[in-house]
Amino acid sequence: MDLAVFLVQCLNAVQYGLLLFLVASGLTLIFGILGVINLAHGSFYMIGAYLAYALAPWAAAHLGGGFFTALLIGLVLSVAFGYVLEWAFVSYLYHRDHLQQVLMTYGLILVFEELRSILAGDDVHGVPPPSWLAGSIPLGHVMTYPVYRLFMSGVCVVVALGLYAIIARTRLGMAIRAGASNREMVQALGVDIRFLYRIVFAAGVALAVLAGMIAAPVSSVYPGMGNQVLIVSFVVVVIGGIGSIRGALVASLLVGFVDTFGNVLIPQVAGVLVYVLMAAVLLWRPEGLFRAG
Amino acid sequence: MKHRHRTDSAVAPLGLALVALAVFPFLGGQFYVDLVQTTMILSIFALSLELLVGTTGLVSFGHAAFFGIAAYATALLSPQADAPSLAWLLPAVLAATALAAAVIGAFSLRTRGVYFIMVTLAFAQMAYYVFHDTKLAGGSDGIYLYVKPVLAIGNFTLLDLASAHTFYYATLCALVAVYMLLALVKRSRFGHALAGIRANEQRMRAAGYSTYPYKLAAFVLAGTLAGVAGFLQAVKDGFVNPEMLAWHQSGAVLLMVILGGIGSLRGAVVGAFLFVLLKELFQSEALFGGFARHWQLPLGLTIIACVALMPNGVVAMPARLRRMRTPVPHAG
Amino acid sequence: MPGDVLLRALDVTRRFGGLVAVDRVSITLVRNEVHAVIGTNGAGKSTLVNMLAGELAPTQGRVQLNGRDVTRWPQPRRARAGLGRTYQRTTIFPRASVFENCRLAAQAKSQYPFDWWTRAAHCHESSHRAERAIEQAGLAGQTQRLAGTLSHGQKRQLEIAMCLATGPHVLLLDEPLAGMGPEETERMLLLLSTLKPAHAILLVEHDMDAVFRIADHITVMVNGGVIASGDPDAIRVNADVQAAYLGESEAVGTA
Repeated sequence: MDLAVFLVQCLNAVQYGLLLFLVASGLTLIFGILGVINLAHGSFYMIGAYLAYALAPWAAAHLGGGFFTALLIGLVLSVAFGYVLEWAFVSYLYHRDHLQQVLMTYGLILVFEELRSILAGDDVHGVPPPSWLAGSIPLGHVMTYPVYRLFMSGVCVVVALGLYAIIARTRLGMAIRAGASNREMVQALGVDIRFLYRIVFAAGVALAVLAGMIAAPVSSVYPGMGNQVLIVSFVVVVIGGIGSIRGALVASLLVGFVDTFGNVLIPQVAGVLVYVLMAAVLLWRPEGLFRAG
Repeated sequence: MKHRHRTDSAVAPLGLALVALAVFPFLGGQFYVDLVQTTMILSIFALSLELLVGTTGLVSFGHAAFFGIAAYATALLSPQADAPSLAWLLPAVLAATALAAAVIGAFSLRTRGVYFIMVTLAFAQMAYYVFHDTKLAGGSDGIYLYVKPVLAIGNFTLLDLASAHTFYYATLCALVAVYMLLALVKRSRFGHALAGIRANEQRMRAAGYSTYPYKLAAFVLAGTLAGVAGFLQAVKDGFVNPEMLAWHQSGAVLLMVILGGIGSLRGAVVGAFLFVLLKELFQSEALFGGFARHWQLPLGLTIIACVALMPNGVVAMPARLRRMRTPVPHAG
Repeated sequence: MPGDVLLRALDVTRRFGGLVAVDRVSITLVRNEVHAVIGTNGAGKSTLVNMLAGELAPTQGRVQLNGRDVTRWPQPRRARAGLGRTYQRTTIFPRASVFENCRLAAQAKSQYPFDWWTRAAHCHESSHRAERAIEQAGLAGQTQRLAGTLSHGQKRQLEIAMCLATGPHVLLLDEPLAGMGPEETERMLLLLSTLKPAHAILLVEHDMDAVFRIADHITVMVNGGVIASGDPDAIRVNADVQAAYLGESEAVGTA
C-alpha cells in the first residue's frame, strides 16, 4: 500500500468513524440519561437519508435553495419529530424494564420501515451531492479524493465540537453530565428532568437524522440502511462504554479504522472484524473503554 | 410439592392442546397442516428463549443465531445424494449449535443488562455476516438441502422425514420433548437457581453460587434447543438462507415470548401461535388487499399496543381482567 | 472451640482512582465474638465488608479464611467455604415463600446443577437446612408466607436466615438493625447472641446503644483508616474516638 492509498483509506476511516459517532453519540446519550435502549435509533438515520432524497429536489424547486436548505428543514423537522416521539412513546418506557423497551422500539422500527416502503418504495435511490461539492481533489499523482467526503467529515467535526462545547460549557451540559450518573443531581441543578429528557431525545434524533442526510449522497438510500447502522452503533456503544460521549468518539474512530482497513487488507472476513474487535474489548474491559461520567 | 395444584390445573389444557395437535392432520387441509407445523417449530424456538428471558432473566436479542446456525449445520452436514441418518445428523447439528452458543455465551455473559442485549444482537449479526458474505454456504442466496434425513436400523426405515405425515408427528414429538425437558429443568435445583439469579444475582453469589457457569449453562441449553427448531425448519423447507439468522427473526421470537407471557412455558407456545396467527391475518390479501404487502406495519402497531396495554402477556390477561373488576388502590 | 481465628484481614487497602476508601485495615474475627465496625458515613465500612466477602478485590493486602489465603477467591467460593453475609439493603426473593428463600440459599451447599430429574423441592439436605435456619432466625410461623409480604423487621430476619441456611462460620452483617423499631431491635440482638457461640460475627452498625451492648470488640474507622480498636470500655474512653466520632453523638457515652 503506497502512501497515497494509505492516506485515502485513512480519510475514509475517519469519515466513516465520524459519521458513526453522530449516530452512536445520540444512542449512548439516550441510554445514559433516559435509561432507554432505543432500537429505533437506526430508523432515524434511515429517515434522515430519505429526507435528503425527498427534500433536496423539493427545496430546489420551491425555495430556490439547495442542499443546505434541505439540511436545515430536515433538522428542524427531526427535532420536532423527536420531541413528539418522546412524548407519544418513549416517555412510557422510563419505568419499564429493558425487555419492554426493546420490544416497543422494535415495533417502532417495523412501523417506520413499512411507512418508508409505502411512501418511498423499496428501490435504491441515489442522491446527488450539491454541485459545488461534487468534484475531487488530487492526492499524489494518480489518486483523487471526493470533496463531498471531506465536507462530511467537516460537518461531523463541527457537530462533535459543538456537542463538546454544549456538554462541557453550558448549564444544560452540566445537567446532562450529571444525568448520566446521578438523577437527583439534575434536579438539584434546577433543571426540569422531563424537559431534559425531551431535549436529549430530540437531540439524539436530530444527530441521527443529520448523519443520514449527509450520508445519503455517498451511500444512496435503500431499505434496511438504518438497521445496519444501528447494529454497528451498538458495537460502538459497547466498546466505548454506555453514556460516555468520549467513549463513543474513540470507539467510532476505532470501528471506522478497523472496518475500512479490514475491507482493504482482508476483504474475506471484513464484515466480521468489528465484532471481533468488540469481543476483544469485552474480554479486556466488559464495561467498555470509558465508563459513563 | 408446594405448587402441585398449579401444575395440575395446567395439565388439562395442555392435554387438550396435545390431542388437538395430534388429530389436526386428519382434519385440516394441507395449507393449515403446514402452518401448524411451522407454528410448532416456532414454539420450540420460543420455548428455548423462554428459558433465557423468562427463567433466567437474560434478555437475548440474538437468539436467531442458533436457529440459523443449526439450520446451516443441517444443510452443510447433509450429503448431496444419500439420505443422512437422523441418528448422527441431529446430534452433530446440536453439538455444533451448542459449541456456537458456548462461545457466544462466554463472551456475552461477561456483560449484563442493556450491554447483554446489544452484545447478543451484535454477535448474531456477526453470524449473519459469516453466512451472508462468505462462500461458506452459498452466501446471500442460501443453500439447498436435497435429501431429508431418515432413521433406519439396517434396511428397516423407522422414520423418514421426507414423508409429510411422519415429519409432522416427529415435530410434535420434538415439541413435547422440549416442553417436558424444560418443565423438568424449571422444577429442578438448576431451574430454581436460575430463577434465583433472575430475582437477585447478588444474593445468589453471596449464598455461594458461581452464577456465571449457571448462566452459561442456561445459554448453551437455550441455544441447543433453538438448534432443534432450526434443524426442523431446515428439513421442512429444504432450504436455508441468511434471513434465518437476521435480527428480525430474533425480534420475532422475543415478541412470541412476551406476547404469551414471560415466565411460563405455556406462554411461549401460546405466543408462537398468536404470532403466526397475527402474521397470517396481516398478510391476508383477502382482508387487506394490496396493503397485505405491508403486513409489518400492523404488526409493529400491535407490538406497541401490547407493550403499552398488557406488559405481562396474554397468559396473564385473565388474572389481570379479574383484578380490574375489583378496584385495587395503588394498582399502577 | 471458642477463640479460634476464622477470618483475618491483613492491611487491606482499596483505592478508587485517587481516593483511598479503605487504608491498610487489619481485622481479626474470632469464634464466639461479635466484632463491631463503626464509623461515620463514608468511613469505608461497606467497602471493607465487600472486600472481606470477596465482592471487591483489595488493591493491597490479604484476606485469610480459616487460615487459608482467600484474597484471590471470588465471592461464591468464599461463601461455600463458610463466609456468609447480609446486605444493608434487603436482598430476599420477594415473590418466593420464606421457605423457598432459605431453601434456595441452602441449596448452594448441594447444588447438583445437572440433576434435572429431581425436583428442587425434594432436595432433603437443603430443606432441612432451610427449616433449621428459619427456626434459628425466629421465623418458624412464617414458613409459607411470601417473602415480599413480611414486615421490615421480619425481612431483616429472613435475610439472616438465608445467610444461616448456607451454614456459614463467619457472618458479615451490614447494618442488620437499620430501620428497625425497638422491639424488633431487641429480637435481633437476642438472635445475634444465640448465634455468637458458633460463629465469628462482624457487625457494621449505626445504632451505638446496640453496638456497645453486644460487641466484644469494636473497631472505629474514620476516612478509610482505623483510629482505634479494642473492647467497648477501651473505645468508650478513647480520646481519639471521642474527638473524631463519639463527640458527634452524645447519646453513647455512659448511657
